[in-house]
Amino acid sequence: METLEQIKVRLEVALPSAKVEILANECALGERSLLVDAASGFAMAKFLRDDTQLKLDFCSNVTGVDWPDKEFTEKIKVKQTVDGVEKEVEDVKKTVRPGYLEVVYHLYSMALKHGPVVLRLRTENRADKTHLPSLTPLWRGAEFQEREVFDLYGVIFDGHPDLRRILMWDEFDGFPMRRDYIAPDDFEYEPTPHDEVLVEAKKHYPVEPKAEVKA
Amino acid sequence: MNAVAAMPPKSFEVKPKLDESGTPIGELLEISMGPHHPSTHGVFRMDVVLDGETVVKLKPVFGYLHRNHEKIGENISYLASMPYTDRLDYFCSMTNNWAYALTVEKLAGLAVPERAEYIRVIMAELTRLQNHTCLIGFFVQDMGALGTPMMYAFREREKILDLFESVSGARMMCNYMRFGGVRVDVNDEWIAQTKKVVSDYSKFLDEFGTFLTENEIVLARTQFIGVMSKELAVNASITGPMLRAAGVNYDLRKVDKYGIYSRFNFQVPVGEHGDIYDRYMVRVLEMRESIKILEQALRDIPAGPVMDPKSKLRGFRPKPGEVYGRVEGPKGELGFYLISDGSPNPYRYRVRPPSFVNLTILEDMCLGHRISDAVVILGSVDIVLGEVDR
Repeated sequence: METLEQIKVRLEVALPSAKVEILANECALGERSLLVDAASGFAMAKFLRDDTQLKLDFCSNVTGVDWPDKEFTEKIKVKQTVDGVEKEVEDVKKTVRPGYLEVVYHLYSMALKHGPVVLRLRTENRADKTHLPSLTPLWRGAEFQEREVFDLYGVIFDGHPDLRRILMWDEFDGFPMRRDYIAPDDFEYEPTPHDEVLVEAKKHYPVEPKAEVKA
Repeated sequence: MNAVAAMPPKSFEVKPKLDESGTPIGELLEISMGPHHPSTHGVFRMDVVLDGETVVKLKPVFGYLHRNHEKIGENISYLASMPYTDRLDYFCSMTNNWAYALTVEKLAGLAVPERAEYIRVIMAELTRLQNHTCLIGFFVQDMGALGTPMMYAFREREKILDLFESVSGARMMCNYMRFGGVRVDVNDEWIAQTKKVVSDYSKFLDEFGTFLTENEIVLARTQFIGVMSKELAVNASITGPMLRAAGVNYDLRKVDKYGIYSRFNFQVPVGEHGDIYDRYMVRVLEMRESIKILEQALRDIPAGPVMDPKSKLRGFRPKPGEVYGRVEGPKGELGFYLISDGSPNPYRYRVRPPSFVNLTILEDMCLGHRISDAVVILGSVDIVLGEVDR
């Protein structure tokens, strides 16, 4: 099979507007992946599937990964004047990488028996812009797996024919596989929560409106 | 170019048949089959819309056994997930163990001793034998032969489970493999016992085959029912015997050659029509090939350690990175996707369950058939709800 660099060059020729990036993998035996932008994700996936040299006709695995906001601390040296003497003082610089949700596709070729090519798509953020193009029209095999990613991570796949919750029940609120999800205890079924259960349960109660004080 | 442009699922709106003047004949009947139904192989539900007895719409509904296995996996250490993988597909705990161990070994770069590789192959092929035997038992039961064929299958399965029990201490929840080998060694007595079970097995398959393979009722109920085309099977990511019955020669034991499968002489049975009968036949032939692999493995197994002395079970922290490992389970491609961030717990732990993905086109296979056929079609998919729901 071609290397990822070759695939990237051919992708950029075929789709000039596309942004492709090769992500390194520190694990020696693992595969590196192609990060593509959400806008041209569908067109690129179609290219990978229909290309005669690649023929990635088998979409084996679809999964989501949650990357919450992460704070990086970096030590930098800053010159400061303390009591009239100039000194180099170590200071900590903080940068925050905004969080995003990621969908990972493992593509293989059954016709040519090679693979995998790991395709990644990222959402803009984790709160309101969680839309990604659905690849189910290209690979039927992604149908249930994308539904699962929607169910557990909250990625909304545009163009999915039947985007409903699949493992959790329809009325369920929240996305349990996200890193910041608060796992419920049995409080939901406790008719009269008390003690620790009440403390836990309060996290899930809607915020109570403050009673207006009458003059 | 690819012959299949796009295969969107069928639309949801269904209407009863119309007569010549355009008025609907009769009404559609919507029934909810399951979750507690003997033929759904667990707590599985099908929302079926029937026109008379013909299925015009079918939506699988599951999640009743959902316990968020993946979330549990992210909150416990790598080793602690091993017994949980037994509970995924509780018929094939050995292959589940292997798939997980293989992925972690790939992640951490561990080697597996020769003897352990042989033991893994023996365990995986025994698992395949008992899984396919049980499946055929269930599936004949789905066709209405209550009890007896399934008991024949379970009698044989119990012999293999006895072997598992004597080596791992548990019949079904074996928890046998470890990163870099297997937990305990097998002794010569066990190997002699296994040889006997394996050599008797083809006799059982002959016997089972005479009852089923040319049985008139089996033929009538299975041939040209639930046909799945080759293109659709590939497009819908179907794997395992289901895929090979549709005529695609894709077996990970041959394609990936994981473990030591390149050393064994065996063939991959491939079907032609993609109907239920081919799925049954592919499984029967696969069992014959498994027996061949077992005979070779039991003959060639070398002496030596079963565990890489360098592998660490406690305080195991693989370097950061991500990896996707897969094996050919009895039901299809069982994959694990792990992302490590250098901590003792995986950052992301994902299971790619074969029977979950194989259910994707259940509706396409059932449309136009009778409700009684839908039961058999579901049986031929070979699902285990512990794995579908996770």
